[in-house]
Amino acid sequence: MTPRNESEVAAAIVESTGPVRVMGGGTRPIGRPVPGEALSVAGLSGISLYEPGALTLVAQAGTPVAEIEAALAKENQRLAFEPMDHRTLLGTKGTPTIGGIVAANVSGPRRIAVGACRDFLLGVRFVDGAGQIVKNGGRVMKNVTGYDLVKLMCGAYGTLGVLTEVSLKVLPRTETQASLILHDATPEQAVAAMSAAFGSPFEVTGAAHDGTETVIRIEGFTGSVAYRAGELKKLLSAFGPVDVLDDAEASAARWRAMRDVTPLTKADGDIWRISVRPSAAPGMIAGLPSGSTYMMDWGGGLIWAAVPAGTDLRTHLGDTSGHMTLIRGTADVPTFQPEAAPLAALSAGLRAKFDPNGILNKGIMG
Amino acid sequence: MEMPTPNAAIISRKAQIVERLREVLPDDAVIDDVAETRAYECDGLSAYRCPPLCAVLPASTQEVSAVLKICHELDIPVVPRGSGTSLAGGAMPTADAVILGVAKLNDVLETSYEDRMIRVQTGRTNLSVTGAVETDGFFYAPDPSSQLACAIAGNIAMNSGGAHCLKYGVTTNNLLGVTMVMMDGTVVEIGGAHLDSGGLDLLGVICGSEGQLGVVTEATLRILHKPEGARPVLMGFDSSEVAGACVSDIIKAGVLPVAIEFMDRPCIEVCEAFAKAGYPMCDALLIVEVEGSEAEIDEQLEKIIAIAKTHNPVELREAKNADEAGRIWLGRKSAFGAMGQVNDYMCLDGTIPVSALPEVLRGIQDLSKKFGLDVGNVFHAGDGNMHPLILYNANKPGDLELCEEMGAEILKLCVKVGGCLTGEHGVGIEKRDLMNVQFDPVDLEAQMAVKDVFDPKWLLNPAKVFPLETSQTRRAA
Repeated sequence: MTPRNESEVAAAIVESTGPVRVMGGGTRPIGRPVPGEALSVAGLSGISLYEPGALTLVAQAGTPVAEIEAALAKENQRLAFEPMDHRTLLGTKGTPTIGGIVAANVSGPRRIAVGACRDFLLGVRFVDGAGQIVKNGGRVMKNVTGYDLVKLMCGAYGTLGVLTEVSLKVLPRTETQASLILHDATPEQAVAAMSAAFGSPFEVTGAAHDGTETVIRIEGFTGSVAYRAGELKKLLSAFGPVDVLDDAEASAARWRAMRDVTPLTKADGDIWRISVRPSAAPGMIAGLPSGSTYMMDWGGGLIWAAVPAGTDLRTHLGDTSGHMTLIRGTADVPTFQPEAAPLAALSAGLRAKFDPNGILNKGIMG
Repeated sequence: MEMPTPNAAIISRKAQIVERLREVLPDDAVIDDVAETRAYECDGLSAYRCPPLCAVLPASTQEVSAVLKICHELDIPVVPRGSGTSLAGGAMPTADAVILGVAKLNDVLETSYEDRMIRVQTGRTNLSVTGAVETDGFFYAPDPSSQLACAIAGNIAMNSGGAHCLKYGVTTNNLLGVTMVMMDGTVVEIGGAHLDSGGLDLLGVICGSEGQLGVVTEATLRILHKPEGARPVLMGFDSSEVAGACVSDIIKAGVLPVAIEFMDRPCIEVCEAFAKAGYPMCDALLIVEVEGSEAEIDEQLEKIIAIAKTHNPVELREAKNADEAGRIWLGRKSAFGAMGQVNDYMCLDGTIPVSALPEVLRGIQDLSKKFGLDVGNVFHAGDGNMHPLILYNANKPGDLELCEEMGAEILKLCVKVGGCLTGEHGVGIEKRDLMNVQFDPVDLEAQMAVKDVFDPKWLLNPAKVFPLETSQTRRAA
């Protein structure tokens, strides 16, 4: 099914006789395999509104991310949450769509400083499992009118409705950037250095560790970046020699690689994504099975781990206070962190309300 | 403002209900004396008052759970209350409802600078969260004007904003986790000290649900290191259109100020008379504040001032020191107080696309003439969050109703140009009956379905957010 507009999406849902597999560009095959006929939103494409002076963009769900990024670049703006491109890590082809990014709440390194996709999502239109067209939120930056179903739809992997249109807050591109690099830090030292950087007034917009190097990013106007690079260099010297990468292009390339988790793309085995408080990250990394490789983003708040195929990492690491997601792999475990019983009941209750026949991306989040 | 007819059967059982509540709470934590319950008869929307059946002040999550379990069993509506500063009537009770106040829950439970988080009980005031970490250079970013008094519980319920959210976001962007008690007494933990969890974003829908989904007793909040400094610049223009164009140009130029505040002539005049901040008499005034080191501030202000100059400002005043910065903010910060001295007023908070600013300001002026009520405009211009202050006389019969009618027209205009009814105050009872202007029945049905899941009996703050007739069958069930 490739509907061309919202009413055709609604008609397709109403007429469906069995489960429906909702698809954007198909570049992020995360979650359990889903039964049913494919419904692609690729036919719903195009930017319907873009007001640079109001920092707002509205687009159809199937709009390619590249098209949006190009339109924003023309006005010197960007998607500040820096959405990851999963194609390299997951070996997928196809065209990432904005609807896919929203459905999976995809963010990148700058999430730690400015927020995730869900924080930039101002409004949605969607077709629920009964074929009804629903809207929530809007196109303004502050909006507390009624319940925030916008957040609920973001990261729901299409299980509560088929997204047809999304409205996003965008931000100015910064004039330049620089990165500070520490070498050969242990996970403990890396997290300590990254925490020190975030615990300074110097507005760090990225802090990652690729297993050997710790990279800290600052962005802004030229004078400001030079000043903060100097101050942070002094601050971080306590953790070892610090290199400053002040070539903006080279720094940006470094962060694209971090964003797309390229340090792990060649790794064998299963890929896990672990959201955790930064102070707990070193302990968790120490507990990874032998033969694992890892990288950290978000100042240690996000661990990407490549572990031997089939490992049930949750059981292996024992009880943790964070959240572990199996992004790529063979382990026969739930993709997402199982919820405590009362929360699982709430989630199931919400799915039953928004998708009463249980047809939308059935079981994908199981 | 219409409220549902209180359930007489509940009121007649008051003694019995109070007795049950005293079984799980200390005697003095259950307030049933009629005179004492008057302390809870209204919130910041003080035009509407109704003493509750009784009020309870639990001191722990367990006590909150015990109270809710009893109310759930006896089918008694519960109205959660933070500090009662809501401007939308979010904490206004009905005569058959138990007020559940979180004022006794005000401890800091954990602080971690390494993880940049603080965990607090939600009766703690907004400003005292920053107070707990500021000596170490950190702060909690959302800053509603009522921050001295308002509680984190209310901030979460209303998804509160503030003057600085252009840069730092509102409550939902700074909330990492909660402990929440469901109406049936079940205690749930959502999120934590880590960032985004997988699974459905329950935290996202709880924040801003106006106390209708559960009672949040503990919250994990994101804290940030303070910038080195901040400095405002004041600029005056001879029309609101020009000021609006200047805001848009600043944003397009890639400068992201921490705040852009706007005042129109009526507001400038009242504030100047009250605070004597030395504001220029002009049609529109902007206060733009940026952060960083001295040199970084200079770099940003240089760009902002260059843009402002292309719009022929009638006044351009850069603060050279803390004293001058204070004077620039003085008038803006006393705006509401100044208006209150002159008159009774109603403060709206509809939000609009910044591009629609001139059209909406013109529309407000037309409405002001039509209704014969003066309006001052002071608002967060960077994010389009308006604050029209409609002046009326509370002692003049019919004036409040006239003011409300005019307020409704302004909010309809906000929706018409692509905005919304409320940007940061919440719907409460105040904007409840306007929800149909912004939403179709199917949209409201989807929102109410969420409440059906969290609170199937519709006992938590039931007469808020949704138009009464829309929620009628659910509340009566």
